[in-house]
Amino acid sequence: MVEFWASVLALSILLYVLLDGFDLGVGMLFPFASGERERSRMLAAISPVWDGNETWLVVSAATLFGAFPAVFSIILSAFYVPLFVMLIGLILRGVAFEFRYKASGSRRLWDAGFVAGSYVAAFVQGTAVGAMVQGLPVEGGVFVGNSMSWASPFALFCGAGLCIGYAMIGACWITAKSASSPAAFGFRVLPGLMALLLAFLVAVFVWSVQIRLPILARWTERPVLLLCPLVGAIAFTGLAVSIWRRSDRFLFLGAAVIFIAAFAALAGSFLPYMLPFSLTIWEAASPPASLDFLFWGAGLFVLPLTLAYTLIVYFIFRGKIVEDGPS
Amino acid sequence: MDLTPLLLSRIQFAFTISFHIIFPAFTIGLAAWLTFLEACGLITGEKIYRRLSDFWLKIFAVAFGLGVVSGIVMAFQFGTNWSELARRTGPIQGPLLGYESFTAFALEAAFFGVLMFGRDRVPRWAYLLTCLMVSLGTSLSAFWIMVNNSWMQYPTGYALTADGIFVPTSWSAIIFNEAVWTRFPHMILAAYVTSAFCVAATGAWYMLRGKAVQEGRAMAVMGLRLAAILVPIQIVFGHLVGDFVHDAQPAKFAAIEGRWNDEQPASEILIAWPDPQNERNRFELAVPYLGSVIGSMSLTAKELGLKSFAPEDRPPVAIPFFAFRIMVGCGLLMLAIAWLGSWLSFFGERIVKARMFLVATSLSFPLGFIATLTGWFTAEVGRQPWVVYGQLRTRDAVTPFISSYEIAGTIILVGFVYALIFGFGVLYIYRLLRAGPIPTAEPHLYGTNPKRPMSLPGASPGVAGATGLGE
Repeated sequence: MVEFWASVLALSILLYVLLDGFDLGVGMLFPFASGERERSRMLAAISPVWDGNETWLVVSAATLFGAFPAVFSIILSAFYVPLFVMLIGLILRGVAFEFRYKASGSRRLWDAGFVAGSYVAAFVQGTAVGAMVQGLPVEGGVFVGNSMSWASPFALFCGAGLCIGYAMIGACWITAKSASSPAAFGFRVLPGLMALLLAFLVAVFVWSVQIRLPILARWTERPVLLLCPLVGAIAFTGLAVSIWRRSDRFLFLGAAVIFIAAFAALAGSFLPYMLPFSLTIWEAASPPASLDFLFWGAGLFVLPLTLAYTLIVYFIFRGKIVEDGPS
Repeated sequence: MDLTPLLLSRIQFAFTISFHIIFPAFTIGLAAWLTFLEACGLITGEKIYRRLSDFWLKIFAVAFGLGVVSGIVMAFQFGTNWSELARRTGPIQGPLLGYESFTAFALEAAFFGVLMFGRDRVPRWAYLLTCLMVSLGTSLSAFWIMVNNSWMQYPTGYALTADGIFVPTSWSAIIFNEAVWTRFPHMILAAYVTSAFCVAATGAWYMLRGKAVQEGRAMAVMGLRLAAILVPIQIVFGHLVGDFVHDAQPAKFAAIEGRWNDEQPASEILIAWPDPQNERNRFELAVPYLGSVIGSMSLTAKELGLKSFAPEDRPPVAIPFFAFRIMVGCGLLMLAIAWLGSWLSFFGERIVKARMFLVATSLSFPLGFIATLTGWFTAEVGRQPWVVYGQLRTRDAVTPFISSYEIAGTIILVGFVYALIFGFGVLYIYRLLRAGPIPTAEPHLYGTNPKRPMSLPGASPGVAGATGLGE
C-alpha cells in the first residue's frame, strides 16, 4: 500500500509538472510575444486546460498529506515564505484568466499578475526540488532547520533551471497548438531555450554529484538508470530535428519525454528515500489503517475518474486554435 | 499583547478561513438553487426558470472561482503554519482532507465544465443531472470538512502512539462521530439560508427599481418562502448543536453563556459585558431559570461556570459570547423577514406595495453571511485553547521555527491580494446583478478557441457592450 501511494504521488507530481509546466511556461513567454493578438492566441492555447492542469497540484498535495503527513509537514513548513509567495502567484494567475477579459482599465494589472505568478510558481517549484536533493535538515522526522534553510545556491540554480524547462515545454505547446503567429514565435525562441536547458541539465548533474556523492554509487548500483539520459538525449535530438525542419508534430511529445527522463533519473537516484537521505517512503507513510481507508475511495474510484476526466478534456479541446478571430 | 508566531498564525488562519467560508456558504446554496430552478423548469416548462437559472449561473461562476482559489491556501496552511498539527494528526486529518480534495475535484471539476458550457450540448435531463452532481459535489466537500472539523472538536476513534501521533483505530467512529450529524446539517442549512436571502434580496431590489419585475418577484417570493421553511429547521439544528456543546465541550458552553460561576438553577444571560480579568460580567441582563432550561431542559439543573475550569483550559470569553449572540440575532431577524414576506406573498399584489418591507429585504443579503461567520467564530474560538479538543493544545500545534516577521509578512501579502481579488470579484458580481436577468447576446469570442465555450461570465469586452455592463 505504501508503494501504491508512493506511485500515485509520483504520477500526480509528474502529471502536474508536464501539464501545468507548459501553461506556466506560456505565462513566462507571454511578455515576449509581439502584441495583443499574439498574446490572446497564446492564452487561447491554454485557457481550456490550465484549470485542470493545476488540480494536479492539489491532488499531489492531498496525496502527500493523506499518505505521507510527515513529509507534508516538513516540506510545507520548510518552504514557508516561498510557498506563500507561490500560492499568491497562482491565485493572481488564476483570476487573471477570468478577470483579464472583464477588465476595462485594469488589464495590465491582470497581465502582470499572470506573468509574475507563472515565474514565481516555476521558480519556487524548482527551488524546492533543488533543496530536497541537497537535503533538508531533518532529525527524527522533524524539520530542524530555519525558514531560510532552503535558499542554497544550488536550490536557486534549480529554480532557474525549472523556469527554463517550463518555458521550453510551453513554447512547444503553443507552437503545436497554433498555425501562424505564436508558432513562429515558438520556433524562434525554442533553439535558445533548448541550448540553455541542455547546459543546465549537464551542470546540475555535475553539481548534484559533487554535493551528494552517494548518487554516484546509486548510478553504478542501478545501471538501468543510464537509460534516462539516453532516452533524454534521443528526445533532445528529435526535438532539435523537428525544430530545424519546422515540424510541430512531435514537439510537445519530445519535450515531455525529456521531462519524464529527468524525473525518472531524479526518482531513481533517491528511491527509496522520499526526503534524501533522511526519510524513506516507509518512514514517511501514514499507518496502514490510514492508507487503506484512503485507498478504498480515493485510490480506487476518484483517481481513475480524475485521470479519465483529464484525458476527455484534452480530447475535446484537441487540434489547433482558430486564429482568424477579430482583433 | 505580544505578536507571537502563535498568535499571528491564528490571526492568519482566522483571516483566510473567514474569507474562504463566505464563498462556499454562497455556492453550496446556489448550486442547490440552480438544481431547483432546472427541476422546476423541466417539470412546468415555464421559461422564467431558464432565465433565472442562466442569470444565477453567471454569479455562481464568479463566486465558485473565488472559493476555489481561496480554498487552496487553506489546504497548504495546515503544513506551513501548523506543521506539528499536520505531523501529529496527519494519519487522521490527511485522509479526511484528502477525501475532501478528491471528491470535490472528481464531482465539481468534472461537472463544472458541463454546467458552465454544456447547456445547449446535452439533453435537459442531463443538464439537470449535472446541476445535481455539482450540488452533490459541493455538499460532499462540505461534509468532509465538517467530519474533519468535528473530529477536532470531538476526537474519537484514534490511539496515541508513544511519540504523540494520532493513529486511526476506527474510521467509522471518526466519520460517524456524533458531532457530525448535527454540525453538518447546521452548516448546509446555513449555506441554503444564506443563498435564499441573497436571492430574495436581489429580487426585492429589482422590484423596488421596477426592473426585471417578473423575475424579481419570482426571486423574492421563492427566496423568502424557502427561507421561511429552512430558518425554523436551522434553529432546531442550532439547538441540537448547542446540546452537543453543552455535553461535550462544557467550557465552550460556559463561555458562550458568559457564565462564570456554577449555578443551580442557572439563569440565562441575554446580554452582558464579560470581564475576564476579574472573572465576572461588568453588566448583565439575565432571565432566571432559563439557563437550566436551555442547557438541560430542566428547571433545576446545575450548569457549570468558567471558574470550574483551570484558567489555562478556558477559552477566551468575549468572542464566543458576542459572536453567538450576533448569530442568533441574525437568525431571528431572518425568521421575521422570511415569515412576514411569505405571509405577504399569499395576498397577490400586497408584497409589491409593501415598499418598506422590500427595502428591508433588499438590505438583508449579508445576514446569512454574518450568521455563518459568527457561528464559526463561536465554534472555533470556543474550542481554544485546544486544536484537538482536550488532546492537543493550539500552542503545541504551530510550526516551531517560523518567526513573527515571516508570518506578519504573509498576512500582509495575503491580505493585500485577497482585498484585490475580492474587490474586483465583488465589482464583477455587482455588475452582473445590476445588469439583471436579461437575455445576453452570444459573447464575442476574442480569438479564443471556438471549441472552448465562452469564458464565463462574459468572455470579452464584447459582452460589456452588448449588455450595458461597460463602464
